Amino acid sequence: MSPRGRGAAAGGRGLDRARELLMRSLDGELTDADRRELDALLAADPDLRAERDRLARLREVAMGMRLRNPPEETWDGYWNGVYARLERGVGWILVSLGAILAGGWAVWTGVRGLLADPSLPGFVKAGILALGLGLVILLVSVARHRLFVFRTDPYKDIER
Amino acid sequence: MPEAALVARAAGGDARAYGELVRRHMRRAYFASLGLTGSHDDALDLSQEAFARGLRSIRSLDPARPFYPWLYGILRRLCLNHLRNGRTRRAKLAAAGGWLEEEARARAEAGDPARAAERAEARRRLAAAIDVLSPAQREVFVLREFEDLSYAGIAALLGIPEGTVMSRLYAARRRLAAALEERP
Repeated sequence: MSPRGRGAAAGGRGLDRARELLMRSLDGELTDADRRELDALLAADPDLRAERDRLARLREVAMGMRLRNPPEETWDGYWNGVYARLERGVGWILVSLGAILAGGWAVWTGVRGLLADPSLPGFVKAGILALGLGLVILLVSVARHRLFVFRTDPYKDIER
Repeated sequence: MPEAALVARAAGGDARAYGELVRRHMRRAYFASLGLTGSHDDALDLSQEAFARGLRSIRSLDPARPFYPWLYGILRRLCLNHLRNGRTRRAKLAAAGGWLEEEARARAEAGDPARAAERAEARRRLAAAIDVLSPAQREVFVLREFEDLSYAGIAALLGIPEGTVMSRLYAARRRLAAALEERP
């Protein structure tokens, strides 16, 4: 790619040609033609030379550092850690499913008992029925909406 | 076994094949996470979580595509969300710098104690300054300086233009260079 073309590619968020060459120089991504161009720019601009020196010092310090290695046993138990998470995920799904089924059955049994009670006034029974029906409608509506959003949201992979 | 075959087998429910993928990429994922979060515990936790989520959605990965960039997409979302948690960030700042160490070559070169102390101070300042970079700048800086990726490699991994990589890196370097020059 020509220097002009590369400059345009790099300039999307404001790096001018001199800074682009400076960066490529620091990172060893400079062609011979680029180097000659940068040398000419440096010779003509003391501020650019000062900036080059500051960034070169930073690069020197950074190159003398590395990410700290974890204890060796970290790698021995790594897959087990991943596997445990998968197991726990399955466990949570089963616990949630069981809670929904058992809770639903308990609620239904309780409501059925109340509705069958002849001493309970009719309007209370109607209220209980309306309450139960309303909760079911709300639950289904929220679940359906969340499923729809999950399937169609174009931003679902964007970080919060 | 080729990676594409492992991905296909893992998608078919073969846990051993996925285990092999984890073993091949766990170090890279861990260090990528360490560079972003600055904490061993968080790096281990988040990279393992990324692999676990990866297995749950591996059927969405085309076996012809490389595994790691796909996994990195999951990992970076986890790490960036984690970084936005204020409490996590404060705890991390308290332990600034512990995630970096001097290269063996640099240690050998720093013969005299005065030079070693100077280098240690520069390292401490740099690590503290990296910790307050924006996540986007930090990510690009870490990938370039500690994972030694080229501009093109970073752009491909993050799915952004090379020019954006350079401008983020430039902004990060300017801030870090200023931090190195500050008087204690």
